[in-house]
Amino acid sequence: MSATINLPTILRGHAGGSRTIEVTGSTVGEVFDHVSRDFPKLGEQLSSPDGGLPVFMNVFVDDEDIRYLAGLDTTVDDHTEITILPAVAGG
Amino acid sequence: MTIARAGVDAGRMRQLGVVETPLVRLDRISPPGRRIYAKAEWHQPTGSVKDRIAAAMVAAAEADGSLAGPADIVEPSSGNTGIALARIARMLGHRFSVLIPDNVSHERLELLEAFGAAVEFTPGAEGSNGAVRRAELRAAQTGEVMLHQYENAANPGAHEATTGPEIEWQLEELGEGAPSAFVATLGTGGTIMGVGRALRRSFPAIEIVAAEPPAGETISGLRSMADGYIPPVFDPTALDGRVLVRSGPSIAMMRRLVDEEGLFVGPSSGAAVHAAVRRAAALPDGSVVVTLLPDAGWKYLSTGVYSGSVDEAVEAVADSTLW
Repeated sequence: MSATINLPTILRGHAGGSRTIEVTGSTVGEVFDHVSRDFPKLGEQLSSPDGGLPVFMNVFVDDEDIRYLAGLDTTVDDHTEITILPAVAGG
Repeated sequence: MTIARAGVDAGRMRQLGVVETPLVRLDRISPPGRRIYAKAEWHQPTGSVKDRIAAAMVAAAEADGSLAGPADIVEPSSGNTGIALARIARMLGHRFSVLIPDNVSHERLELLEAFGAAVEFTPGAEGSNGAVRRAELRAAQTGEVMLHQYENAANPGAHEATTGPEIEWQLEELGEGAPSAFVATLGTGGTIMGVGRALRRSFPAIEIVAAEPPAGETISGLRSMADGYIPPVFDPTALDGRVLVRSGPSIAMMRRLVDEEGLFVGPSSGAAVHAAVRRAAALPDGSVVVTLLPDAGWKYLSTGVYSGSVDEAVEAVADSTLW
């Protein structure tokens, strides 16, 4: 499986300036493992010391927040879009 | 001085102009067999849902003595909360300053000026996150009263005390049973937390779903993920789901609300209804979904969201702070 990851501006510098990257994996966790292998600096940004998601990072699989799906075990397929966004406020 | 407090005085909120808003049924946009209802919050005094929390926060500050007499108030805002607080401050004789990203629409700045607010711009690329940090620093240095919508319990409290109960009696009056879901956009998180608490108390099986507006796509001024900000009033564990709604679908739905329902709303209303339709379509036939339309379209006319194609509108607002 090869998912497309949409990167926010602040992370693109860790992926050669790319807006999107294609990464293989059958779950979000696997995809992130492969990101860490291919783009180590980017990989550092995608995990917290406890192995979970960084608190200020939101990850959406096909526009659904994975915290309300199966977290890093959320499955992905060839058509899946993974979008990473920093936590921002409004109001 | 940053303040966090819990009490909400609904009577004082009414004295300060907060009204009960209509709950309208979206007959043409609801998926077949489902009914979506929406709170029309532009009926509030300054035309947005934020009049509720501004009144509740001021009432709480009056009750604890920090706004007992004329005071200097400072608040970060992308617009609506600032406008709502400016109106009340002007009514009550307080001086009010707002820290606001420099890429908001002209209409919001003109409204702030109309209500006598002093405007301090913050870098637009930092979005609301930057305005919050800079306002906290300023309040710490000057001693101004910062009501702090992002951590003031009166923010969700306003919705738990007024918006949620209104939805309940309005649904009952309309002959509806228990709603299956409540969907609202995230800004401070106050709306979805407060309404969610009230509705879940009466309808334990209800799903509370947030629509994440696409502000994060355009915020380029953050230096790292660690610059992110989660408002203390927002508890992610209180939600059942969160849906990302991008600028294109938000603007497209905003225009459908104008064209098909006759509702002239702003882009965050488009985001809320897009997410509500998505949720409703996944629920069984006969389901009721409730959402909230934060404001009308007047404050966004100059941004280009109503002009040209949807793609052109998305391009026009790519560097704007819309909410």
